[in-house]
Amino acid sequence: MLRRLLLAACAALLPATLPGGANAQGTIRIGMTAADIPLTHGQPDQGFEGNRFTGIPLYDSLTAWDLSSADRPSTLIPGLAERWESDPADRTRWIFHLRRGVTFHDGSPFNADAVVWNVRKVLDRDAPHYDARQVGLTASRMPTLRRAEKIDDYTVALFTSEPDSLLPINLTNLFMASPAHWERLRAQHPTAEATWNAFAANPSGTGPFRLVRLVPRERAEMVRNESYWGTRARAERIVLLPIPDANARTAALLSNQVDWIEAPAPDALPQIRSRGFVITHNVQPHVWPWQPCFVGDSPLRDVRVRRALNLAIDREQIRALLGGLMVPAVGTVQPGHPWWGNPSFQIRTDLAEARRLLAEAGYGPQRPLNLRVQISASGSGQMQPLPMNELIQQQLRQVGVHVEFDVVEWNTLFTNWRNGCQHPSARGAHAINVSFAAMDPFFAMVRFWDSKMAAPVSNNWGMFSDPRFDALVAAARNAFDPAERDAALARLHAAGVDEALFIWIAHDVAPRAMSRRIQGYVQPQSWFVDLRLPYIQ
Amino acid sequence: MFYYLIRRVLYAIPIALAVGFVCFMLVQIAPGDPINAIVPPDAPADVVEQVKRDYGLDQPLAVQFGIWLMKVVQGDLGRSLATGRPVWADLSTAIANTLTLAAFASLIGFSAGVVLGGLAGTFRGSVIDRLAVSTAVAGVSVPHYWLGMVLVVIFSVQLNLLPAMGAGPGGSADWAWDWEHFQHLILPAVTLSVIPMGIVTRTVRGIVAEIMNQEFVVALRAKGLTGWGVFQHVVKNAAPNVLAVMGLQLGYLMGGSILVETVFSWPGTGLLLNSAIFQRDLPVLQGTILVLAMFFVALNLIVDLLQTALDPRIKRF
Repeated sequence: MLRRLLLAACAALLPATLPGGANAQGTIRIGMTAADIPLTHGQPDQGFEGNRFTGIPLYDSLTAWDLSSADRPSTLIPGLAERWESDPADRTRWIFHLRRGVTFHDGSPFNADAVVWNVRKVLDRDAPHYDARQVGLTASRMPTLRRAEKIDDYTVALFTSEPDSLLPINLTNLFMASPAHWERLRAQHPTAEATWNAFAANPSGTGPFRLVRLVPRERAEMVRNESYWGTRARAERIVLLPIPDANARTAALLSNQVDWIEAPAPDALPQIRSRGFVITHNVQPHVWPWQPCFVGDSPLRDVRVRRALNLAIDREQIRALLGGLMVPAVGTVQPGHPWWGNPSFQIRTDLAEARRLLAEAGYGPQRPLNLRVQISASGSGQMQPLPMNELIQQQLRQVGVHVEFDVVEWNTLFTNWRNGCQHPSARGAHAINVSFAAMDPFFAMVRFWDSKMAAPVSNNWGMFSDPRFDALVAAARNAFDPAERDAALARLHAAGVDEALFIWIAHDVAPRAMSRRIQGYVQPQSWFVDLRLPYIQ
Repeated sequence: MFYYLIRRVLYAIPIALAVGFVCFMLVQIAPGDPINAIVPPDAPADVVEQVKRDYGLDQPLAVQFGIWLMKVVQGDLGRSLATGRPVWADLSTAIANTLTLAAFASLIGFSAGVVLGGLAGTFRGSVIDRLAVSTAVAGVSVPHYWLGMVLVVIFSVQLNLLPAMGAGPGGSADWAWDWEHFQHLILPAVTLSVIPMGIVTRTVRGIVAEIMNQEFVVALRAKGLTGWGVFQHVVKNAAPNVLAVMGLQLGYLMGGSILVETVFSWPGTGLLLNSAIFQRDLPVLQGTILVLAMFFVALNLIVDLLQTALDPRIKRF
């Protein structure tokens, strides 16, 4: 009755125009979680959501991720480089053979000069187009790349600071912007910084979409690149809308203002489904762990304690808490992944074994184990940190482990993560709960388990140091055959699981909600999506 | 009056300095690091140090503040740490959007407040009075964001009558005063208007009731004036005080509401501040707060001048 009354009242007051009316055929409107349009100058900010929506669609990199399948882990494939090899005489030198006939959106050719120019934009402070803004977003993802050198028009040499077989994977983060377009804009702008801002407003890459409209903080519109070198996109136009609030995103979808939203509000999932929308998800190379502290008086120095904690957690309960939207983590990568290996320690729920291990380590009713964990109340990639951590706290209590949380703001937790567990900012924490992306071996394992990566150099917050792991990391970095490299990484991962170097809890599944009119969409096991595949009926 | 005007403008300078300084220090003492706006959390230490040098964030705080201040004096609010865009470019668009929203919300809130308050004050103790007061109390008490979400659920999600978010089908850059755009304004403006409506209702009610009890009103009636004639005199006497309250409320509305603008993804100063706070985007925060503070000062000055014009008994020297 109330609804009819409201309907009648509003119908009388308002004209019949409805929001979100018919759009041009082939336009997909996407509600992102970001508060702003990720940077469009070629090195997006806003984390991997930026790469997903304004990196990969507008630009290409020398190497790329295969995003065509939902059934297997996303692997490395050729991008703007057709093939590459490490120089056997000098393992710090890589040769990349470039794809011919590729042009930027402005019509200029892609060649070796363009690659050298794009490397210099972030690594050569003397380059006229050097952009400090892009350094932070790029150099950190290519930690060993030092410079590039043209061999001929379609061959380029890249140099690393040390032999590093992971470089081709790192290079998925270096997007190729058009030097010719930048130079044209430079003539109209007083500084390189102003030119990059102009470039962001009117970018030129080689990607499957071209940016045609950018309203900062409100919307970006991309149209299909009809002269794309690879398989062309099926959708004619993509509209990106930043909607940081989960409830606002959900309402925008339910009122047909958008066709697709990232991370719908968890409480609204039943309603979204009941209204005929589709919820998609798939395991992501994302890890939601507790990262232990391995120094000082931390009880987590003892592998038996770390194993006990891994065994005392019931991940299925956590999955139920999240409405099924997670995958229990039994390692940094999932079984079946090329880097899984064969760890002898099987992570599962086994309270009896957990109690036995704790007793062996000297903990029990007479001497309970007290842990302090630094966590955040929210944050990108953190899923639902408070209820998840509280459930783990309850579960660990069953085996006599008492957990106290030090809840800090998300930005603060990030800063503390760089400082290490011996820094005052850790405030005596024995573990820290920061989720991370695990697409790239450096970010999945090396930065945590290589002693050279101990804070503040990188994210080895726990100050883990073990010559055996340093050797395993070095072996992986020196394995230049892809199969050998994967095997070396598998050995590293298996050793990490056996030593229980994390308390692994969950992998996110990147839930998205979308209209049934969207067809052809594939959700790969990746942080990224191939926007060439979906179209709208 | 001229000297008064000059003096008030001069007063604004220390206010601006204080606002800039307090804002700068608050961001510095808050946990977290502005560098997180520029580099990802997993950036190695050498990259972090290099970027800090490039952005001058390795300089002592006093130097950083001095550099910012010198630029502001020259009319340059700096560049966003997060996007590299000039702060003024984003801020000017956001201010225009917030002004649009604030103007419409004020229109709704002030009109409703004056009508309800006027009726309640005139018919004090009656059912009309009780209804008006209840509405005013509800308006002041209901949380903004909750009301916004409820309106979205009813009018956008369930009835599909009004848009749930945004500033028009093509964004605020294409704003036009047609129905296609105007419908985006309705829900956020109604949400934003309830607090000023409540406050203005209570203010007008009190003032009208007080004036109605004054002897000159009795004298007016004794001279044979009724209805409209008395009303004109009451309005003229009530206007200065009501205007002062409206000025303050307009100032608050122009500051933008972080919660309302976030709920409706309305690209105004509130949403800009929200993202700047989460990103520790210091130049955007400082620039936005400084400009909003100056708005408030200017608005108060305008209200003072208007009050003087309406009531010559109020002298400004």
